[in-house]
Amino acid sequence: MGRAILSRVPADIPCPRHEDNTLANATETEPTRRDFLYIATGAAAAMGAGLAAWPFLDQMNPSSAVLAMASIEVDIAAIQPGQQVVFKWRGHPLFVRRRTPKEIAAARAVAPSDLPDGLARNANLTDSAPASDANRVIKPEWLVVVGVCTHLGCTPTVSTPQSPQGSYGGWLCHCHGSEYDTAGRIRKGPAPQNLAVPPYAFTGPTKLKIG
Amino acid sequence: MAHSSYVPKTKLGRWFDQRLPIVRLVSDSFVTYPTPRNLNFWYVFGAILTLMLVVQIVTGIVLAMHYVPSADAAFGSVEQRIMREVNYGWLIRYIHANGASMFFLAVYVHMFRGLYYGSYKAPREILWILGVFIYLLMTATAFFGYVLPWGQMSFWGATVITSLFSAIDQIIPNLGTAITHWLWGDFAVGDATLNRFFSLHYLLPFVIAGVVGLHIWALHVPGNNNPLGIDVKGPQDTVPFYPFYTVKDGFFMVLFVIFYLAFVFYAPNFFGNPDNYIQANPLVTPTDIVPEWYLLPFYAMLRAIPSKLIGVLVLVGALLTLLFVPWLDTSKVRSCRFRPLMKQLFWLFAADCILLGYVGSQTADAAWHLGGIDFPLVWLARFGTLYYFGFFWVLMPWIGKREVTRPLPESIAQAVLAKGKH
Repeated sequence: MGRAILSRVPADIPCPRHEDNTLANATETEPTRRDFLYIATGAAAAMGAGLAAWPFLDQMNPSSAVLAMASIEVDIAAIQPGQQVVFKWRGHPLFVRRRTPKEIAAARAVAPSDLPDGLARNANLTDSAPASDANRVIKPEWLVVVGVCTHLGCTPTVSTPQSPQGSYGGWLCHCHGSEYDTAGRIRKGPAPQNLAVPPYAFTGPTKLKIG
Repeated sequence: MAHSSYVPKTKLGRWFDQRLPIVRLVSDSFVTYPTPRNLNFWYVFGAILTLMLVVQIVTGIVLAMHYVPSADAAFGSVEQRIMREVNYGWLIRYIHANGASMFFLAVYVHMFRGLYYGSYKAPREILWILGVFIYLLMTATAFFGYVLPWGQMSFWGATVITSLFSAIDQIIPNLGTAITHWLWGDFAVGDATLNRFFSLHYLLPFVIAGVVGLHIWALHVPGNNNPLGIDVKGPQDTVPFYPFYTVKDGFFMVLFVIFYLAFVFYAPNFFGNPDNYIQANPLVTPTDIVPEWYLLPFYAMLRAIPSKLIGVLVLVGALLTLLFVPWLDTSKVRSCRFRPLMKQLFWLFAADCILLGYVGSQTADAAWHLGGIDFPLVWLARFGTLYYFGFFWVLMPWIGKREVTRPLPESIAQAVLAKGKH
């Protein structure tokens, strides 16, 4: 069809030619008003699309109701030495472990520089604080960590003298074999970081506010 | 598509054809469509996969009528309402759950078939890539679907897989964590996560159906490859799709459905994990987290690597590698029938995938005890992973250029007729 129409155009009629329509002109001359309009229209459309997309992306983030539930208060008076109690904080398990003097000594015996992750990962300290045992706790007897393996998010199993898990006396993650010590620091396996210490404070001798 | 041979028989047919030639499209695509006359059993899985997609969509729509996507009610809506109260709910649920396994079984046969006969090679690169997209979409859909019953495996599977994104923290600090929170809609997998996974699980099958349409389109432009891997040279090499391949595909579809329903009726939980009959508990991880069988080889690769970031990159790389296969294979000959060396490496690759699947099904610290020596399976997974990548990125490009291939037959017709004479 298209070819048939074209062939009917007499050869002696010159094609109507806009001054910037030819390739030669386009490369030689300065950008035209039309170029500017193209770019301005494109830029406005891209910006509009980006702004319109944002609500659709941001709706997936934690809602205000979720954020409002972000802190809890717990009573830890009943926890015995050597015992760990699990609370639920922000949907995750939160380990509160009352460490024995032996466990504290074991955690203090290792230098932060010998650890796979040398940083404290303690939300109550600066990001660059080294992973010494003192930097992992507020009171040495009480270790408070988020019970989420830093590999892929499983809950590690607590190690006790009766039922040892892994070789470092802390926790073993059964999913992919990460081993943590009695300060919740990664010692062996694929997990890249120490168990996170959440932002928390003692609101009484045996009362904690987490988050 | 080849020249259309559809001729409307009635006046109404002609009138309709001039306005919307959809009957012509169907006729050209599934009736007169010239198909190589030598397609064997391994070519029936495309039709079986189409059937499985329809089965999954139909049963899925029905299940969605009774399912409640909420962390409190999801488990009950599946295990009590659908399994015990809704009329035939148990049947429809088992058809859907086992259907996922059958879908993957069929897709793996389909993919290995394509690899063996070189169906990804020019001019079918786009066809292959669309197929990889379908496979990736299937994986995502199956993952979302597995979360919905909200059992322990659902919950912890969702946690582990979404946490793969937290590996990005090791490249850009905190970005990975931000992405996981964005995916979850919470600080952990929870109600918000379940709702969005349900929404996406309902959406993606229709996206798959769309890409399947493109896949069939891209198939019908160059036409089918065939076990000889040589081009169709004329009408003597082909037969019309109907009735030759409709009856062949139909026959094997019936056999496949019998196999499938044997699981539905006699071993409905064969592919399932007993832990998923325990309601999701965010505070207790099951001792062994195992994905569904069809993801085990990739899971084994993830666990084989002692570094989180590299493990995740290997997992993603193993999937994305498939996209490059058309250009990694440098051989001029398509079919492994004429590639004696590649044929052996192919079967080694198939065995490697099964081996990786086996290792993925075992615990992270499992070992074989061989004559008093412990051989940790993680090393098996490491060798397996090495061969997986080596097969595609080293052997395929290298062997393709050096291998002495066997002589190709003149034409499909000649090869088929010669076979008949013996």
